[in-house]
Amino acid sequence: MVAETNSNTISITLRVWRQAGPDAPGKFVDYPAANLSTHMSFLEMLDVVNDGLTLKGEEPIAFAHDCREGICGTCSCTINGKAHGPGHGVATCQIYMRAFRDGEVIVVEPFRAKAFPLVKDLVVDRSAFDRIIQAGGFISVRTGAAPDANSIPVPKTDADLAMDAAACIGCGACVAACKNASAMLFVAAKVSQLGLLPQGQPERDSRVLAMVNTMDALGFGSCTNQYECSAACPKTISHDFIARLNRDYLKASVRSAFKPVSSAAGGSG
Amino acid sequence: MAKLDSKIPAGPLADKWRRHKTEIKLVNPANKRKYEIIVVGAGLAGASASATLAELGYKVKNFVFHDSPRRAHSIAAQGGINAAKNYQNDGDSVHRLFYDTLKGGDYRSREANVHRLAEVSVNIIDQCVAQGVPFAREYGGLLANRSFGGAQVSRTFYARGQTGQQLLLGAYSALSRMIAAGGVEQHTNSEMLDLVVVDGHAKGIIVRNLITGEIERYAADAVILATGGYGNVFNLSTYARGSNVTASWRAYKRGACFANPCYTQIHPTCIPVTGDYQSKLTLMSESLRNDGRIWAPKNKADRLKPPASIPEADRDYYLERMYPSFGNLAPRDIASRAAKRVCDEGRGVGETGLGVYLDFADAINRLGEPVVRERYGNLFDIYHEITAESAYQQPMRIFPAVHYTMGGLWVDYNLMSNVPGLFVLGEANFSDHGANRLGASALMQGLADGYFVIPYTIGDYLAGQKPGARPSVDAPEFKAAAENIRAMTERFLQIKGKETVSHYHKRLGKILWEHCGMARTRASLEQALKLIPALRDEFWANVTVPGSAATLNQSLEQAGRVADFFELGELLCLDALTREESCGGHFREEYQYPDGECKRDDEKFAHVAAWEFQGAGKPPLRNIEPLNYEFTKMSVRNYK
Repeated sequence: MVAETNSNTISITLRVWRQAGPDAPGKFVDYPAANLSTHMSFLEMLDVVNDGLTLKGEEPIAFAHDCREGICGTCSCTINGKAHGPGHGVATCQIYMRAFRDGEVIVVEPFRAKAFPLVKDLVVDRSAFDRIIQAGGFISVRTGAAPDANSIPVPKTDADLAMDAAACIGCGACVAACKNASAMLFVAAKVSQLGLLPQGQPERDSRVLAMVNTMDALGFGSCTNQYECSAACPKTISHDFIARLNRDYLKASVRSAFKPVSSAAGGSG
Repeated sequence: MAKLDSKIPAGPLADKWRRHKTEIKLVNPANKRKYEIIVVGAGLAGASASATLAELGYKVKNFVFHDSPRRAHSIAAQGGINAAKNYQNDGDSVHRLFYDTLKGGDYRSREANVHRLAEVSVNIIDQCVAQGVPFAREYGGLLANRSFGGAQVSRTFYARGQTGQQLLLGAYSALSRMIAAGGVEQHTNSEMLDLVVVDGHAKGIIVRNLITGEIERYAADAVILATGGYGNVFNLSTYARGSNVTASWRAYKRGACFANPCYTQIHPTCIPVTGDYQSKLTLMSESLRNDGRIWAPKNKADRLKPPASIPEADRDYYLERMYPSFGNLAPRDIASRAAKRVCDEGRGVGETGLGVYLDFADAINRLGEPVVRERYGNLFDIYHEITAESAYQQPMRIFPAVHYTMGGLWVDYNLMSNVPGLFVLGEANFSDHGANRLGASALMQGLADGYFVIPYTIGDYLAGQKPGARPSVDAPEFKAAAENIRAMTERFLQIKGKETVSHYHKRLGKILWEHCGMARTRASLEQALKLIPALRDEFWANVTVPGSAATLNQSLEQAGRVADFFELGELLCLDALTREESCGGHFREEYQYPDGECKRDDEKFAHVAAWEFQGAGKPPLRNIEPLNYEFTKMSVRNYK
């Protein structure tokens, strides 16, 4: 982590990846940014640079952002080689300019991964995450079909652990930080959340198999246990959940191979 | 003049919804798949509605401007969700939740709607738990509750400080399941830019694909807007940067009435603005006021001095001074207005002069730092992250900020607007919170509308529409609307002026904040109604939008949204000027009790003001829906 500076303003050079579209060639372009308040957030600095570019008649830098308080998971820059930049347990929108030195060259790139194709400049397409959830990241319960909430007691320790996993904001930093561009932490978080709860048991096996198979099919890499993912995670989701995912996947694979299936299964009633 | 029939069912309050459900028309299961429904937005209301309608068999198309339906700003709600479960055995009931919500809204909401909200609140918790939402639990495994403002019972369910996130991800998982099952066709990066009305009925939308720039046409048998609130008209707010009024506003311009736009809620404890570059205000939980003391220097000269160097005698603990019985726990609107007054007097702290201190020194002396850390540690951490200041060592600086809008498109009891076939859910409609929303009620309303109201009430409309009778997207209405949007897009690119879109958004926000913010007067509103049109003309003459329409162009997106904020901002001020009373979040300085409380005028203003567009350049028409309270007595709100 870069030491925080005390001065009120700094000047930096922004070295940004510019690429007009997925098929266009991309390159780094330098933009000087002078007299920035250190209270400014990193994204506000990009706003200021963009206003300057707009007034000069140039196209501003496209970047993804929305809530700007670290919860929506939209922002997605790699800053100085680190997904979400300097800082621990925060997203890009929670980085402030006081984390940089006066005169520093700040290198900004999109999240890079085969499964996250580039859209423009710093914006990438993370819809692969949606497709993984659609494959099984849910509990099948029709609206109105739920029993009384307190009829399903959940031990507090399980509920707390499920909540740790559920904190995932779906930003993709885990993928961007991984040298294999693996989505294991993302998948592990959802599989663990639902697998820890009694409501998630009926679909536990089918869920983990479907989600992992979809993840593989979408071009995410394999996990080699380096844990860059949890280090980059803005919600500090633990890689312990990956071990849990591996156990669940193994058990489900064995069970699905030997489990007797009713001959009437799949028929409509 | 629009016909505003609220369609509130007859009968005793507690029976209205039950009876209505048995009396409204149904669509048989085989016919449901012949109807297509467009849902715009995938926050709590939009995602829950899309999933549930698809489960019923309707063909649903969901549109979001985000890159994924999981990003809507419902995700940022922290505190919790109310439900009348009475799991704490502390005397809660549907009636109590109803009454608290009605009173909290300063008697400006509909009785029947609020009662229904309280009734279905219990189903919401059941549904969310079954989906795997990890609510906080007690050691015995049962659900935990906490207390919230405006209630004397513990009825708020929560998932750490991320309740909105967990509920949204629950609804998103239900939506994802139905996308996989083929029941919902998901359109991401798709911004609705117009409503298509055919023969007086809402039958489709015009969308801009934000990646390709393509203007697309979609037809349906009914259109649902669940597009959130309009607080970003103030530019600086706790809303996400992308939150906008465009879908609602374009529907307004197609004939849907906009109700009570002046009902905006301002939260007293947010981290103050630090500079002109600021894009976002962050909330600091109201719970901090339990132990923190709010003060400002007595003398202007002290406002930039280190707070520790200001002696006790020179500090003004103004809430304790002005409201001795409530002190630092004075209601939100009063605390917000008091902070504004102090800053208006030139005593505000921090570089911008727009801030007051929230001081924990006494609490740390009294309780010790570990106790304070245990209670508020996470909030102190957020504060440190943003300001680089430690609230253990020096007071926090706080200032009020816009964070919710109670007004919205007018809907009847079925959540249908005055344009048949157009339904509006969640924060985008106006019906349940009156002039002020209580904490932990926004999540409740979003999910109530989506999971448990619209799935019933939309059938009543669709049963009257012939299956398969929706128009083609080649109908002249669709072509004309798409052409309109294309022309508007081109117009932005052609202006080639000298200022950015954000420049104008900032200036508009400043006008609204200063003239129609926490305190409003006839003079300030009349002034705003001169300033806004002048600035709007300048915007259309001098804004610059670089790039092209045929690609991802964030400046172009922003230009359209800000253009709509200009028009809405004017209506907001007009509504505030016309409502000559104070109620909830709408405070007119001319109408107050000696203690600063809102002075309502039930004789003249116990009604909904539903504004109707009359054409560009013409003043809108103010329609009235009287609020007839059959079961509750409108009284002066009193929390003393």
